[in-house]
Amino acid sequence: MLKKRASGSAWSWLWFALGAAYFIIPLYATVDFSLRAKRGELSLLAYANVLKDPRFGETFLFSAEMSLLTIVTGIILIVPTAYWIHIRLPKLRPVMEFITLLPFVVPAVVLVFGLIRIYSHPPFMLVSSPALLVAAYLVLALPYLYRSVDTGLRSIDIRSLTEAAQSLGATWPTIIIRVILPNLRASILSGAFVTFAIVMGEFTMASLLVWPAFGPYMDLLSSSKIYEPSALAVISFALTWGTTAAIQLLSRRIPGQAPMAGLK
Amino acid sequence: MAFLELNDVRKVFALQTAVDNFNLHVEQGEFISFLGPSGCGKTTTLRMIAGFEHPTTGQIRLGNNDVTARPPNQRNMGMVFQSYALFPHMSVADNIAFGLTIARTPARETKKRVGEMLALIKLEALADRYPYQISGGQQQRVALARAIVIRPQVLLLDEPLSALDAKIRDSLRVEIRAIQRQLGITTIYVTHDQEEAFSLSDRIVVMNAGRIEQVGTPFEIYNFPRTAFAASFVGTLNVFPATVVDAAAGRIMVDNIALTTEAITTAGVGQQINVALRPEMISLNESERHDGDNQLTCVVENITFRGSIVRVQVRLGNQSLLVDEFNRPDLNVPQTGHQIVLSFPRNACLVLG
Ligand SMILES: Nc1ncnc2c1ncn2[C@@H]1O[C@H](COP(=O)(O)OP(=O)(O)OP(=O)(O)O)[C@@H](O)[C@H]1O
Ligand SMILES: [Mg+2]
Repeated sequence: MLKKRASGSAWSWLWFALGAAYFIIPLYATVDFSLRAKRGELSLLAYANVLKDPRFGETFLFSAEMSLLTIVTGIILIVPTAYWIHIRLPKLRPVMEFITLLPFVVPAVVLVFGLIRIYSHPPFMLVSSPALLVAAYLVLALPYLYRSVDTGLRSIDIRSLTEAAQSLGATWPTIIIRVILPNLRASILSGAFVTFAIVMGEFTMASLLVWPAFGPYMDLLSSSKIYEPSALAVISFALTWGTTAAIQLLSRRIPGQAPMAGLK
Repeated sequence: MAFLELNDVRKVFALQTAVDNFNLHVEQGEFISFLGPSGCGKTTTLRMIAGFEHPTTGQIRLGNNDVTARPPNQRNMGMVFQSYALFPHMSVADNIAFGLTIARTPARETKKRVGEMLALIKLEALADRYPYQISGGQQQRVALARAIVIRPQVLLLDEPLSALDAKIRDSLRVEIRAIQRQLGITTIYVTHDQEEAFSLSDRIVVMNAGRIEQVGTPFEIYNFPRTAFAASFVGTLNVFPATVVDAAAGRIMVDNIALTTEAITTAGVGQQINVALRPEMISLNESERHDGDNQLTCVVENITFRGSIVRVQVRLGNQSLLVDEFNRPDLNVPQTGHQIVLSFPRNACLVLG
């Protein structure tokens, strides 16, 4: 028995080490490479170059702005929709799940060409509006946002909470804002984080709709520089991890939720 | 004109009629229980009163207004759910304050009334806890406070105690009734537990398959059940078919055995009726026998001790009868297989429609 368990744990460690190596070796190599901009010594020259380039700040801010817009629009559209489907139209749930899978089936290139075709003629002249970019990002983010909200809704007794609030006099908007949203904070945060990561790294839509976004900038940099792309990769990796950590911290502080386990 | 009226209410779902021909008048301050087996339409009726379901036909009136079409958030009814349904992200005090906040009650009054409620349910010490940090019984008390702090016109409870264990269930039951009496709230309480319904209610509505079987005080329901269903659902009962021999004199035949009941008004000579007999109304004791009582000779089949009572199963022709005797040290316990004489007064026979 003991022996078996010991060998079992040896196996799991082996698999863990293999998995970790798969992530850590390329990361280590990238960090190492990014520090060798000066011949013969380790330096932060590549990082300084990246940060000096005004386009870094501009594109990063632009993409961050777009991702925030996407997240906010997404929450406004998806939370009430998912909520309504849960309590009033449960039959539509499979349909909605299928719709949220479409971005995986339709490649981004196809989607963006479709958007350009439709929205470049009157009456819809939207190709040059950031609204179209946000809308396109929203399509990409839909599976992640919808699914995390859906999971959040499943984990609470949404019907009884709604009825309790109703019997206490609450109207629909009040219920969504004061009862539903606060209980979805953890799932909305995780959906928002994934959306943020997707939008920050997105290349196809931004470049075909010709926006100065972070994804196309990374691409441009990697085709014209040697060490700087690695430095940029490390920077965006650090930012990504920073955001995850922030979200973990935030969601742990949400009141009314047992630590880790969430709701019973 | 009653305070709360359900007139000819009927609710049809896609596949079945959940509630039909429902007529009930509730007086102000009354405590009413809906009692019936699973699926008989208790919850559906309660939800129609609350406004969560709309009657297919019929009318619901509250305090002289037709509220049939009024949305639930304008009915001013407090609701307590089996699953507590406390808002998980709010503290106990905030949960109780929710309805007052919605009504834009001034902060000072809100605080005062929440404090009163916390005192009423004896949970002042837990005001700042979150629902997941308190026990089920405490959660349900908070849910009760949250429902009554808005001074609802009607308090609706749907099996509020069935998720709790027996001890807490009993103490909370007493507490609910005490609070209801103290505040005089008109209350409708759904349960499938007859003990709960009997100990709490002013009147009980016995339901079966979407219809009302009988409405009455606990005393009436227990002692004078009007239908076979009401009789058998409430307590233990011996029910057997009989033929009327003489309606006015109450003479009937059960398997060629002549019995006497009170005068029968619901059936004529030669008709088949059902007769019910409570086990505790039958006596094995000669000293309790009176003139005019029915007397039967039976064979003892089985004897079970059940704490305060002894249950004796006897055979009478083709029927099996249950007899309950109080367990006393001087009880003459019969023996299995022996013949005994049992007796019961003529008014113990309930003639069922
Ligand atoms: N939303 C609905 N759609 C279709 N049928 C329903 C719906 N709600 C209830 N029913 C049906 O109506 C009948 C009455 O249900 P109801 O929930 O009122 O029973 P109940 O007396 O509360 O039972 P229980 O004691 O099990 O809670 C049941 O047969 C149920 O299946
Ligand atoms: Mg029910």
